[in-house]
Amino acid sequence: MTAAMRPAPSACPACAAAPAAEALAELALPKEARIALSVPAVHCAACISTVERALAAAPGVHSARVNLTLKRASIEADPDVMPDDLIRVLDGIGYEAHELDAGTLSATQTDKSGRELLMRLAVAGFASMNVMLLSVAVWSGAADATRDLFHWISAAITLPTIAFSGQPFFRNAWAALRVGRLNMDVPITLAIVLAVGTSVWETTLSGDHAYFDAALALTFFLLAGRYLDHRTRAIARSAAEELAALEVPRAIRLTDGTETQVPVAELSVGDLVLVRPGGRMPVDGEITHGTSEIDRSLLTGETLPVFAQPGQAVSAGEVNLTGPLTIRASAVGRDTSLHRMADLVAIAESGRSRYTSLADKAAQLYAPGVHILSALSFVGWWLYSGDLRMAVNIAAAVLIITCPCALGLAVPAVTTAASGRLFRKGMLIKHATALERLAQVDTVVFDKTGTLTAGTPELTNLSDHSPRDLSLALALAQASSHPLSMSLTAAARAAGVTPAQVDQITEVPGYGTQAIWQGRSIRLGRAAWVGAPASAETSAWLAIEDEAPRAFTFTDRLRKGAAEAVLALQNAGKEVYLISGDTSAAVEALATRLGITHWMAEALPADKSDRIAALSQQGKHVLMVGDGLNDTAALAAADVSISPASALDAARVASDIVLLGGDLTPIAEALDTARSATRRIRENFRIATLYNVIAVPIAVIGLATPLVAALAMSASSITVSLNALRLR
Amino acid sequence: MSILTYLIPISLILGGIGLLGFVYTVRSNQYDDPEGDSQRILSDEWDDHPKP
Repeated sequence: MTAAMRPAPSACPACAAAPAAEALAELALPKEARIALSVPAVHCAACISTVERALAAAPGVHSARVNLTLKRASIEADPDVMPDDLIRVLDGIGYEAHELDAGTLSATQTDKSGRELLMRLAVAGFASMNVMLLSVAVWSGAADATRDLFHWISAAITLPTIAFSGQPFFRNAWAALRVGRLNMDVPITLAIVLAVGTSVWETTLSGDHAYFDAALALTFFLLAGRYLDHRTRAIARSAAEELAALEVPRAIRLTDGTETQVPVAELSVGDLVLVRPGGRMPVDGEITHGTSEIDRSLLTGETLPVFAQPGQAVSAGEVNLTGPLTIRASAVGRDTSLHRMADLVAIAESGRSRYTSLADKAAQLYAPGVHILSALSFVGWWLYSGDLRMAVNIAAAVLIITCPCALGLAVPAVTTAASGRLFRKGMLIKHATALERLAQVDTVVFDKTGTLTAGTPELTNLSDHSPRDLSLALALAQASSHPLSMSLTAAARAAGVTPAQVDQITEVPGYGTQAIWQGRSIRLGRAAWVGAPASAETSAWLAIEDEAPRAFTFTDRLRKGAAEAVLALQNAGKEVYLISGDTSAAVEALATRLGITHWMAEALPADKSDRIAALSQQGKHVLMVGDGLNDTAALAAADVSISPASALDAARVASDIVLLGGDLTPIAEALDTARSATRRIRENFRIATLYNVIAVPIAVIGLATPLVAALAMSASSITVSLNALRLR
Repeated sequence: MSILTYLIPISLILGGIGLLGFVYTVRSNQYDDPEGDSQRILSDEWDDHPKP
């Protein structure tokens, strides 16, 4: 699978950039090309300078800079410099590099909204510190003209700050109110506006209490919560986009027999496209030339490669295994079956839209409660004392004291800690409520090919063959890059087999390899080609002239940690299902091997999502783990979904969590972390409520002062943040 | 108390300078690669700005 993820090697480096260069030449404006490379191995100061020096020395490169945090090198160079040349340069000095698609990356290059939040946070922090200084002076006894002066200065700092820093809350509150809903931002906005309004009014009347510091501290703490939340998601998003950018959408177009490398977006219907072995079909089309085998496992879940010959239809996303194929495109871009299926998923009702987050649930209870309480204390005090000014002051104090400072931090502080912890274990939490949904899971559905299995074959019957057969098979296998041959070569070498002396080795793409051995013709390949009976198992046949063919059988290798993950989930009392598009025999074999009792084979994409919908209807909370296009509908339908990094782009987009390493073990741990994170979130809500239960009566009876409000607010926010840190 | 007429502006100006400094660092992408920057000071190579 990894081979398929890498960009196809360029045969003609210079011509690939030609269309771009031509377009630019017309403008007579030579522009610099920006190239981004992922360099996973850089980790130290020496690596940075080695990589930068090597890249800068390459011809045509203007400047190169390594970003160690992202493990990425960005290069500015002449338009005719090809990424593949630079990858070779880095390979030469011992650093593995992959090209990243600049178009996919540019979306996250500047995190504008994050920067904006940070700026608002900084301004709020600056203002609240200065106003706090003045407020402390007032609390410690400044009176009369001094107090009024301080209040006026505070107002002068606060008003512009709130106007700038409070915008995210004002905007959200307005958006909710306009459609007649209440969210957490409505009470926040009301509290901030009312606090500032009454404080200005009090100041003009030279009153005792002004809540400028409270309004600013509130804004600061809430912005801190928002920023944490944003950071967590921005990190996940940029890592997810880097995965997407690793698949550079480029194809080789044949025009009058010459090869041109072009972006996939530029292909049109009727174009002839060359797909090399190991490459993925960029378009839907028909094979016009060449024979090969194609791997459709990402689309259908079948592990057996399919024989491909001229006249046969292929779909975008299938992987070409052995020989070069020329394809006449019949559908490109958005019209390919790959995209149509991916689009269907976007329309399907997704599990995540059914879920209401804990924060929203809290807001639904909380927002009306606070407003009613504040309105009641206003009406009560007004009727009781007839003093409008005092009644407004008390209503504002109630709103400020109850304001969800701690509630605003309760969820982001915990999710930041939990996502960071899971990220270090190789899990990328893409969706904001994924952790909460993960905590509820009681049923886990696995896909087979590419998820529980690694998608690489493993030889099962090495010991059944005579040393002579093995050495012949090795001689033939090592001449081919077909996955079965490579696996056979690795197994035979590991067993100490030496290849026999054979002559005239030729690979026949789509069929196998043949050679002459001691005057007899020998073949290793498909059953039909060597004259053997077809079998349901994945196998390669060795045929020696005048002898019966012998089968080498293969099984799909288990992904690392698959057995452990299934066992851990079963021990934790989760129901584990295996649903695959592969044949019954293969699915049953794997299910028995892993001890999974519920399994379903030959499932179409719709069967998978129907099964998950049925499970959800029984009241189960389903986690779907899958990687192929045939899983995407199921991934979207499940309550929460995980896909491995090797999954198809569409599957990764549809899932909430991406497993970055090849290992499946973190899944079971993630369920534990999610449960403890949700427990912490609930604890935080309880702490915030408890503090309200104590502070609200004080505010309602009119005893709250700005000092009490400031103390209570800071104390609860800090308690909640500390509680979240306990998760680590 | 007339000392306040100096002290308050001074404290505000000092704080404001800090804020402007922060705004400048954010604007000039200085938080894009914190790990790399912490490693780069160990590097033997330097450019000519400022001159050693």
